[in-house]
Amino acid sequence: MTYVITGSCIKDDSCVEVCPVDCIHPMPEAPDFETAEQLYIDPAVCIDCDACVEACPVDAIFADHEVPEKHAYTLEVNEEFFAEKGTAERTAERAAA
Amino acid sequence: MAAPRVAIVGAGPAGAFAAERLLRRRGDAEIDLFERLPTAWGLLRGGVAPDHQEIKRLDDTFDRETLGRGCRFFGNVEVGVDISHSELMRHYSAVIYATGAQTDKSLGIPGEDLPGSWAATEFVAWYNGHPDYRGLEFDLSARRAVVIGNGNVAADVTRMLTLGPDELERTDVADHALAALRESRIEEVVVLGRRGPAQAAFTSAELRELGHLDGVELRVNPEEVELDSLSRRWLDEEGTFTARKNVELLHEFAKAEPAPGARRRIVLRFLRSPVQILGSEGVESIEIRRNELVRADDGKLRPRPVDEALETIECGLVLRSVGYRAVPLPEVPFDEDSFVLPNDRGRVRGPDGQPLPGVYAVGWIKRGPTGILGTNKRDAGETVACLAEDLASDALPPPPNPGRDQIDALLAERKPDLVTAEHWRAIDAQEVSRGRDQRRPRVKLASREELLAAAGVHAGS
Repeated sequence: MTYVITGSCIKDDSCVEVCPVDCIHPMPEAPDFETAEQLYIDPAVCIDCDACVEACPVDAIFADHEVPEKHAYTLEVNEEFFAEKGTAERTAERAAA
Repeated sequence: MAAPRVAIVGAGPAGAFAAERLLRRRGDAEIDLFERLPTAWGLLRGGVAPDHQEIKRLDDTFDRETLGRGCRFFGNVEVGVDISHSELMRHYSAVIYATGAQTDKSLGIPGEDLPGSWAATEFVAWYNGHPDYRGLEFDLSARRAVVIGNGNVAADVTRMLTLGPDELERTDVADHALAALRESRIEEVVVLGRRGPAQAAFTSAELRELGHLDGVELRVNPEEVELDSLSRRWLDEEGTFTARKNVELLHEFAKAEPAPGARRRIVLRFLRSPVQILGSEGVESIEIRRNELVRADDGKLRPRPVDEALETIECGLVLRSVGYRAVPLPEVPFDEDSFVLPNDRGRVRGPDGQPLPGVYAVGWIKRGPTGILGTNKRDAGETVACLAEDLASDALPPPPNPGRDQIDALLAERKPDLVTAEHWRAIDAQEVSRGRDQRRPRVKLASREELLAAAGVHAGS
């Protein structure tokens, strides 16, 4: 499984601050950070630790099998986001973090 | 070393994040949060749409991280009216302005001031129970409303005009607005964007929401969302993830079959600008023209009017949502070109360009009305880092009247109806308790009198 951030994300970085594996993108230094409408969890790196869920002040993060119906589409959007952002780019962002 | 005394002016998200960041950085800081209204958290309470309750949960975090950590709340106090900037400077080592952008930009077209033509922000303040706006009367008796603008406020007001009463009743929309919206006869909301689908400022989450409202048909003309060659290239080369999602969604919406059984309809129009608003006693129609996109000298794609016949749309309500604008504050420098306090990373600059010792800015009054809620946290981090640096380098001399009792005495004399954190929490508790009976998140108290009564404060001045 993995966790997924839904459209209520306010991008306050609480999740980024607590993520032990830096798997939440775009990272504040990344070029697409300012224009991103929300943050996204990289399922390939997420270790299902739950820290981001606890930290999110607006309860925008769910386990992938518990995403409420009205946010179900976010799983697909998440996949598309990472399909566009190549592995190399993600690794570079994590290394810089 | 004496604890630094800091005043934050404005208890909206920027002010709250500034207090939170400052307490993390300087746990010894004594912070007083000044707020014009008797209620806390600014646009989180008065801006965020009532049907987005999950976002309003941020108020718990604000309360815990600021008031819960010793930060004091001075509500119902207007800086510049009840207490001046120079008085604050005599009581605090530093003053952080977090006053936001309080007015709307105008369109500059004829008929803009006709009855029935409103700034969308007035409608927002009204349905969210801002006490200064409760007396406004929106005429919702016409069949069509027109929303001008393609940003998130435009999306919010469009949803509020189309949601059904059963959905509104589950929110904390102000009671006076709930009553008026229940009687609304509006069947269609037309949303005008002056540029094309690739340039719409909606987030894709909000655009998607417009297409999935219960009993509401979303209509998009396929021709209007066809990308011109400039936009197609821009989208491929520099387009954001959101812009690509938006275009994809709009193409999907354009393919949808008509929904004759729909209760209400939203029509998204693109490459259309208002020319004038017409009517004798009030709004009766709006004239619009078609635009095409051209690449301007700065490389941006801008709309240019096409010379052809204008189109007239009959409507009884116009909501203008083309951006917010900050207003100058007494005794504080103001940049009249960009409508912010002139500043360097949050240090406010004087007329000579040098930082004014002890004066800072955060949020929209610092960077202009951009970004989302969380943007203010990073913004506050930057301002607070400057402040912490100035404190550490002894650049901020202690104020002449440094005692808490001194500011308390001044406020007690000026504002017998001061609203403290305890008072605000009493208001909050009463609203939540009223909501419980009606299975709503809260039922707002929407006048100063009711708010002060719930706070147990007697209206004085």
